[in-house]
Amino acid sequence: MKETSAASKTPIPVRIQKIRRDTTKVRLIVFGILAGMLIVCSIFSKYLCPYDPYLQDLSIAKAPPGPGHLFGTDRYGRDMLSRVIIGSRTSIFSTLLLVAIITVTGTAIGVICGWHGKKLDTVLMRISDIFLAFPGLVFALAVAGVLGGGLHNAIIALAAISWPKYARIARSQTLAQKETVYLQAAVLSGSSTVKIIFRHLIPNIIGPILVTSMLDIGTMMMELAGLSFLGLGAKPPMAEWGSMMSDSRSMMATLPWITFAPGFAIFLSVMIFNLLGDTIRDYADPRMRGR
Amino acid sequence: MEPVLRVEQLTKIYRKGSFGKTHSEVTAVRDLSFCLMRGECLGLIGESGSGKSTAAKLITLLTDATEGRILLDGEDITGWRGKKLRQAYRKMQMVFQSPADSFDPRRTLGDGIGESLLNSGTRRAQAKEEIKKLLVMCGLSEEFAEKYPHEVSGGQCQRAAIARAIAIRPEVLICDEATSALDVTVQKEIIALLNRLRWEQGANLSILFICHDIALVQQFCDRVIVMYHGQIVEQGTPDEVIRDPKDEYTQRLINSIL
Ligand SMILES: Nc1ncnc2c1ncn2[C@@H]1O[C@H](COP(=O)(O)OP(=O)(O)O)[C@@H](O)[C@H]1O
Ligand SMILES: [Mg+2]
Repeated sequence: MKETSAASKTPIPVRIQKIRRDTTKVRLIVFGILAGMLIVCSIFSKYLCPYDPYLQDLSIAKAPPGPGHLFGTDRYGRDMLSRVIIGSRTSIFSTLLLVAIITVTGTAIGVICGWHGKKLDTVLMRISDIFLAFPGLVFALAVAGVLGGGLHNAIIALAAISWPKYARIARSQTLAQKETVYLQAAVLSGSSTVKIIFRHLIPNIIGPILVTSMLDIGTMMMELAGLSFLGLGAKPPMAEWGSMMSDSRSMMATLPWITFAPGFAIFLSVMIFNLLGDTIRDYADPRMRGR
Repeated sequence: MEPVLRVEQLTKIYRKGSFGKTHSEVTAVRDLSFCLMRGECLGLIGESGSGKSTAAKLITLLTDATEGRILLDGEDITGWRGKKLRQAYRKMQMVFQSPADSFDPRRTLGDGIGESLLNSGTRRAQAKEEIKKLLVMCGLSEEFAEKYPHEVSGGQCQRAAIARAIAIRPEVLICDEATSALDVTVQKEIIALLNRLRWEQGANLSILFICHDIALVQQFCDRVIVMYHGQIVEQGTPDEVIRDPKDEYTQRLINSIL
């Protein structure tokens, strides 16, 4: 019933709906596989490196890209390809960890606010307003400044400013679902509140939240790299894309490949995760679903 | 005969306001008192907005009453919460107006029907068998257990909702406009199903049948209560009320239909 009313607002011909759904499925599979490959690569990065990424060999320092070293070597003679590959573990993994943290905390707080209401809701939402009111990266800079540099602190800083968005979405979704008849029916079936929240509420509100977190993977990767670039995230010699770029920026004119390699890695992964996020959003649109 | 459900002076006032101030008040139900006897089918009629659904929500404790008491099986269940309330729901179930909305869109009908069974301690395998039996009992085939609410028609969905409501053999079944969202032929089928259940269960099933269609109540109910602006204005057997309505509002209600 809901579907027909939604469809009648902006009618999409059935045939076009079907074609769009088919291409969406293909895109979902393609980008899903690409993103999966990135993640798998980052997990097994240790075994994929052709050279030891931390081994310094001044005899081959500053070598341009060539058959031996595909992305060239840096000023200490470390193989850039290996460093980019090993850097994926820090960059991709910390990004995924960060996104997971903000998704779970934000959703939990939003659901509690929406479900419980009253004073608790007001207090938590005002707190989230405070975080939302700060310009994101500036606040992260301040937090990272106070807590000191380092990857952990960068993650904490970004998590602190990013959860309110999820809390907002989860809260409004919870409020929309709270009065629905099927939740009342679940109450009458004798399910406890916890059971109702986990079995019925969360599965019904998680769609838009997951889409947001998929789209955020790209953004967060950029921001983490940004903080690392500013020296507030991962510290050299730890291989991380942002700090690698920062490290090499003074030599950009003479050794452009040192900047190019991590830059390209960031560009590629951000693009893949953003496209995957877009696709999931299309797929989650109820009008696109086969109903 | 003894009452299985007894409602005493129920009042519900909806207050709207902020910062502790009340800006507006709606008295949805005022001083509602009645008894539902064992095995009886009691009709509750009234135009839309007269507080019928609110009454149903109050009785099932989905919202708290501003005042009044609810006695189920002689026990005062007013204000019960948590585990105790869940125990009370084993005796009292409800069928909602819009069948498709009353099932979780992401779960199968079978899941919905089985939920109360599992919550009351039935084993999973046994619940599965029970779900099939219930579906057949309500005029559906066993395959409906695997279907999603959007895959079935309104009538089929309402049958499943009835199966869910009777799964744990409640003593009281509240039907809030259970047939209003359905077209006339399907309405007849659902009434026939409810009639069959009443006949099979005898004194073990009492129904509070909320409806705005006086003709339907006449066919189906033993007794009828007429509500207007949250208050009872008339009660009696359907024939009495329809033939010789004492209250002016009831007269208008009947005249508008017949
Ligand atoms: N949650 C609510 N908040 C405020 N007013 C409500 C709420 N629910 C119902 N009402 C009001 O209570 C009155 C009775 O509504 P309802 O019980 O739904 O009537 P019926 O089911 O007989 O059509 C209406 O005037 C309605 O506007
Ligand atoms: Mg109603």
